[in-house]
Amino acid sequence: MTRLEIFEKLQKIFRDIFDDNTLVITDTTNSSDIDEWDSLNHINLVVAIEKEMGIKFSFEELAILKNVGAMVDLMLQKK
Amino acid sequence: MINLLNYPFDSALILRKRRAVRKELMGRTYTKKLRVAVLGGSTTDELINIIELFLLKQGFLPTFYQSEYNKYYEDAVFGNNEFSAFKPDIIYIHTTNINVSQFPAFHTTAEEVEKVFENELFKFQTIWKSLKKYNCPIIQNNFDFPINRSLGNLDAYEIHGKTYFLNRLNLEFAKEAQINSSLFINDINYLAASIGLQNWFDKHIWFTAKYAISFDAIPTLSNNIVNIISAIFGKSKKCLVLDLDNTCWGGVIGDDGLKGIKIGKESASGEAYMAFQNYVKELKLRGVLLAVCSKNEHEIAKEGFTHSDSVLAIEDFTSFKANWNPKHTNLENIASEINIGFDSLVFIDDNAVERNIVESQLPDVSVPDVGNDILNFIEYIEQNGYFETGSLSADDINRNKFYSENQERINELSIFENYQDFLSSLAMEAEIKKFSDVYIDRITQLINKTNQFNLTTKRYTVSEIEAIALSENYIHLYGKLIDKFGDNGLISILIAEIIGDKCVIDTWLMSCRVLKRDMEFAMLDVIVEECKKRNISEILGTYIRTQKNNMVANLYAEFGFELQSGDTDNLTKWRLVLKDYIKKGITIKIN
Repeated sequence: MTRLEIFEKLQKIFRDIFDDNTLVITDTTNSSDIDEWDSLNHINLVVAIEKEMGIKFSFEELAILKNVGAMVDLMLQKK
Repeated sequence: MINLLNYPFDSALILRKRRAVRKELMGRTYTKKLRVAVLGGSTTDELINIIELFLLKQGFLPTFYQSEYNKYYEDAVFGNNEFSAFKPDIIYIHTTNINVSQFPAFHTTAEEVEKVFENELFKFQTIWKSLKKYNCPIIQNNFDFPINRSLGNLDAYEIHGKTYFLNRLNLEFAKEAQINSSLFINDINYLAASIGLQNWFDKHIWFTAKYAISFDAIPTLSNNIVNIISAIFGKSKKCLVLDLDNTCWGGVIGDDGLKGIKIGKESASGEAYMAFQNYVKELKLRGVLLAVCSKNEHEIAKEGFTHSDSVLAIEDFTSFKANWNPKHTNLENIASEINIGFDSLVFIDDNAVERNIVESQLPDVSVPDVGNDILNFIEYIEQNGYFETGSLSADDINRNKFYSENQERINELSIFENYQDFLSSLAMEAEIKKFSDVYIDRITQLINKTNQFNLTTKRYTVSEIEAIALSENYIHLYGKLIDKFGDNGLISILIAEIIGDKCVIDTWLMSCRVLKRDMEFAMLDVIVEECKKRNISEILGTYIRTQKNNMVANLYAEFGFELQSGDTDNLTKWRLVLKDYIKKGITIKIN
């Protein structure tokens, strides 16, 4: 799976979780860019990514999932 | 999108699309608000989010109070201002095995183990007792089993075992709920077993976010809680309507004949249909009405239930429609024959086209998408919680009898000159008395499920009814009616508040199975008597229109009340001056 494909999947997950079909994410998008991206919704994001990709993040990996770029990199690495 | 909330659940999709589903549900109109307090022993945020969806789907508009993380005990026992001000309609205590304060240490004596057990039970008893002041139903989780057990299989039967300890607690919780009618057990022990402990508990989400159940399990748990709430507030279904061919038996009786259909021990599929019939029979025996809605020749269709292996018999069905009319027409006839609303019907049919037509023509009928495999039908009925019930009252068990006795009465009707003669012939005797303890459950149940003959459609919990029964400021009456065909049970309820020298009717309702029997006039006579005893000069009544109670729009007029105001059609106010009241000659003997 290419970085672009993963990015597109992630974009869909973000749009679903925040229910915003116009949401556009970039590598640098982080929790300060999206109002509702709080710690509770962060869990929802992680759970949705794990389900969608069939992967599990370790505790250490969870700690570095600070922005979209880091998420995509990690997904690419685990896939 | 709302269909995501029907069984079987795609948990991942529900969680992902939660906001979109919510938005769609919020587009509906709601009349029933519900204040839900969630006292959690672990993180409950996402659980509340999903409970909200299922409540909305059931027609409740909820607001939530959520205790601080793991403050269920403190909130329950010591309270706090926010919680008290919230005035919950229902309290849900979300505790799991991780909330057990202390398990027995392995080296302790049997007496010490006993002490630990009593302490734990006492903790929860204290919670329930403290919450009694809120006068509302309490839903309490029992315990799931821990995912690991260092004692291995011994954990289940050694006195120090956690599994053994939790099993004992669960049994005590059950006993408590048997005697406390405000306490409802949310059986997470079953839920966890049903989806498997490995799916139920997620160590990762526990250590990172302190959720004591997995995200996968949240929709299943939420659905189960909302099923209990729906039952408490009278939203359970009343009648299961079945198709015949490939639903009650395998094959087509019109083509295959009685000998050709699959039912019984001869084949695996015959056994599966028999198992389905067994389940349906159990529903019937605990008070669910049964009906048939099938495209078939009537006589041939009936023959299916004479099969020697058929569990269900023709007498088990309160209504039997086998003909070539469209199914939605038959369902309409079934509803009017039994005298219940469309939203009380659940229709099971293996044919997707038929399901679809019924769904589109009668949107209030529940038509689960059961597929065409008999093995799945029971799951759809059960997981959707259609027939969830908070108690098994004697009236439930006898309900089927009432309806068939009603049929006999209708037959009798045809041979009388006039209706009054018929009523006299019934030799009716009514018992109209103040609420008493033994009937509190039945009274509450009737209040919460009666929609048609109901002037105000107010709903009450057991605790509220108990409070009314003890209050001096209320006249509260129940009515039972017996006739020569049998006992109709407790079928009418009247609650009125005394304000000065006026008596204000709060609730007046009657079961439709005793319509047109003059029972309402008997109730009126008794309340007038009660008022006279208290020197009350007038009775004030209100009619609040709903979608279902049109039949009583003119009841006060029939009673001889004068219309006071009717600012809109939806709410009318009435007055009866007692000194002008003339008893109506009725044939019912009272008390």
